[in-house]
Amino acid sequence: MKGEEEMNFKLISIIIGMALVTFITRIGSQVIFTSTGIPAWLEKWLKHVPTAFLTALITPAILLPKGYLDISFNNSYLLAGIIAAFIAYKTKNVLTTIIIGMAVMIYVNN
Amino acid sequence: MDKNTSYTLRNWNTVIWKEVLKDCLPITAGIIPFGLTCGIMGRTAGFSAFQITFMSIIVFAGAAQFMAIAMMNSGITNWGVIVFTTFLINLRHLLMGASLSSYLFKQPRTLQYLLAFSMTDESYALTINRIEKKGYDAYYQLGASYFLYIIWAFSTFLGAVLYHSIPNPLEWGLDFVIPLTFLVLLIPRLINRTALFVALVSALTAVLGALHLPGKWYIILAAVTASIVGGLIERGRRNEF
Repeated sequence: MKGEEEMNFKLISIIIGMALVTFITRIGSQVIFTSTGIPAWLEKWLKHVPTAFLTALITPAILLPKGYLDISFNNSYLLAGIIAAFIAYKTKNVLTTIIIGMAVMIYVNN
Repeated sequence: MDKNTSYTLRNWNTVIWKEVLKDCLPITAGIIPFGLTCGIMGRTAGFSAFQITFMSIIVFAGAAQFMAIAMMNSGITNWGVIVFTTFLINLRHLLMGASLSSYLFKQPRTLQYLLAFSMTDESYALTINRIEKKGYDAYYQLGASYFLYIIWAFSTFLGAVLYHSIPNPLEWGLDFVIPLTFLVLLIPRLINRTALFVALVSALTAVLGALHLPGKWYIILAAVTASIVGGLIERGRRNEF
């Protein structure tokens, strides 16, 4: 029973530690720049963060869906991604893109 | 503090809820399977339903939570190791926070903390898209962030409670909904040669990083490298003309 209590305490303290460091990463930039504001040279770089960041999230999800590089038509994520990119360009509509992208992926997988 | 809190609450009704819901609902389909899986895997790794839901409520960072669960599952229970790894995985938030900070500084303190606590890849992506289309609105970010927060917490709880009776939700392939949504947010941004080049550098760096670096490091590496390249291109061009 005592061991179980100890384990409980351990798990809760891990969770609280994770919450604290996660919040630090989220509030960090505001704390660092709170007195100085963002320097101009940095702002010029930061302007490109959204584009860079979105691309960095998408590309591995499409090119390495299983953890290894797969550039072939056997990769249903890649095929669906290419078609979805075209749909996204034409329609700029999230729902249409998701429905067509998912349909392609499911069709290729079966 | 009290003054700010009441300010925050008084303006709550000005949240553009329709717009928030319209933008969040598609991505919700991608988040629910992750939340369910988080609950199921958490139970498998030895967390109670309360503990894993509590984690989703106070940490609210999918990638870090999955990492912690995987570590526990493989017998790593050292506090320092798990907490430090969480910190490393979430370092990308610093960059996201910095890129929004010129807007965040103008908000009252309480609101800044609420927005910081709830910032995720998804709500950040929706917010920068809103900025591009209609300008920044703190209550849009607040609404989107906490809508996704509730979905995340609730689906974790559901997964934790039902973990015996549902198969692995990520096998449904619904996880692909999130990159698909990001794709729609990215493509309208690629309007000039600089943006295209930034995206190209980011894509190459991300793939190389994903192949050779552990965890989420590829995101930080690609975002830093590509945005610096973007900054340098702009500086070079200004010197030219």
